[in-house]
Amino acid sequence: MALYSGKVMDHFRNPRNVGVIEDADGIGEVGNPVCGDIMKIYLKIDGDIISDVKFETFGCGSAIASSSMATEMIKGRSISEALELTNKAVAEALDGLPAHKMHCSVLAEEAIKLALKDYYDKNGISYDESLFAGIGEDEE
Amino acid sequence: MKIYADNAATTRVSQSALNAMLPYFTEEYGNPSSLHTVGQRANEAMTSARERVAACLNCKPSEIYFTGGGSEADNQAIISAAYFGARKGKKHLISTAFEHHAVLHTLKKLEKEGFTVDLLDVHENGIVTPEQVAAAITDDTALVTIMYANNEIGSIQPIKEIGAVCREKGVIFHTDAVQAAGHLHIDVQDQHIDMLSMAGHKFHGPKGVGVLYCKNGIPLVNVIEGGAQERGKRGGTENIPGIMGLAQALEDACATIDENAARLIPLRDKLIAGLEEIPHSILNGDRVHRLPGNVNFCFEGIEGESMLLLLDDKGICASSGSACTSGSLDPSHVLLAIGRVHDIAHGSLRLSIGEDITEEQIDYLIKSVKEVVEYLRSMSPFWRDLENGTRKHII
Repeated sequence: MALYSGKVMDHFRNPRNVGVIEDADGIGEVGNPVCGDIMKIYLKIDGDIISDVKFETFGCGSAIASSSMATEMIKGRSISEALELTNKAVAEALDGLPAHKMHCSVLAEEAIKLALKDYYDKNGISYDESLFAGIGEDEE
Repeated sequence: MKIYADNAATTRVSQSALNAMLPYFTEEYGNPSSLHTVGQRANEAMTSARERVAACLNCKPSEIYFTGGGSEADNQAIISAAYFGARKGKKHLISTAFEHHAVLHTLKKLEKEGFTVDLLDVHENGIVTPEQVAAAITDDTALVTIMYANNEIGSIQPIKEIGAVCREKGVIFHTDAVQAAGHLHIDVQDQHIDMLSMAGHKFHGPKGVGVLYCKNGIPLVNVIEGGAQERGKRGGTENIPGIMGLAQALEDACATIDENAARLIPLRDKLIAGLEEIPHSILNGDRVHRLPGNVNFCFEGIEGESMLLLLDDKGICASSGSACTSGSLDPSHVLLAIGRVHDIAHGSLRLSIGEDITEEQIDYLIKSVKEVVEYLRSMSPFWRDLENGTRKHII
């Protein structure tokens, strides 16, 4: 379908890193069923490095593709690098998203940030609250 | 396997309709308004097409107006009936909550002009009753407009009974028969229909041409101003190839309504039974009073657009009422009107099968939908929550 780029369709058809990490160090979930999309990110963290990442997504083609691309972009990276991941970078890596689908990339960015916040909270690591300001609030 | 299961969106032009159109592009290309022979031959062809369409509806040829499609016919019918009522001080319009947007948006526009609009509830089965219509009609009612069959969920309305109520109360009755024409019997006299809209491309005719039937005595208001075409009620040079194709397709379809229904209904019901085997699924629209080719389901825990993309990969063309496919934040107003909540309306799938569908294709549809639903559920955190009890199943 011409609605999406080849990269979006590739990540939609063959999503990378789908699944669950049972003993995840951080979990982040955004969205809700009423809006029609939920994204859940599981992180495994060794020291400062995201050693493994998995996702589950309920949503449209671009939501699944955005999750897949975002997990690829942070796997093996440091926490600070993952915190810098923007929705724009995810969308660009997918060769663009239709305007009304940009919020899917926002969900991916936010799910990752929430998973990192969860990791900080669980481990009593202090952080700058402003890093996570406004995340997880109703984006619709 | 390739299966086009989106016939409610549009159909393939039949060979017979195409053959009926072709001479009017390069041979009989005259303008029906021209006085010369070439123009007059086009005019004669159009006259015969009008007679044939009228015969299919059991009305007079002078009550048939060719339009640019179903939406235009809906617009013109509703605006005309409303303004006609307003001349006598009647400014109340009755419709249903699940009409096509060509109807709903026209009603919205009239509301801004001071009309009041009542949208009747269509219940979970997607059917409005004649009693509801009778109860809603007041001395101020100018028009009742209720679709013959719903475009998404296929439910068929008791048109004749609603028509009888309107006739008895002296209220104009319009029906949007875009999904019904060529698939269900229409007899405007027997069914007490005063105005009716249809579109050629829903019954194997061409796109961009429709019909408005308007009973003599109801004055039409122009939507398109222009020349004297369509007795001055629709400006613009007539789309002769389109009109010829529409007339042929309608005649063909009306001649085979019963045999098509007899073949399609068992196949439709087999498809419904197959999809009902999927846990936490629900059929949308009445099971019996239903278009012969329409199947519409909600599947819990997944989203419609991803279903469509994966089905497309399997060669299946389908449609969905999810927000992502409607281009807005809300899922289909039709599904919301029958009481489906957002959570499950996002996971809707419409398969509208055509007359040429085979049993083998039905089996493939069932198998493919099952696979796609199962796959998408396997990666859905919503489904996981439903299965582990964190969220409650709705269906």
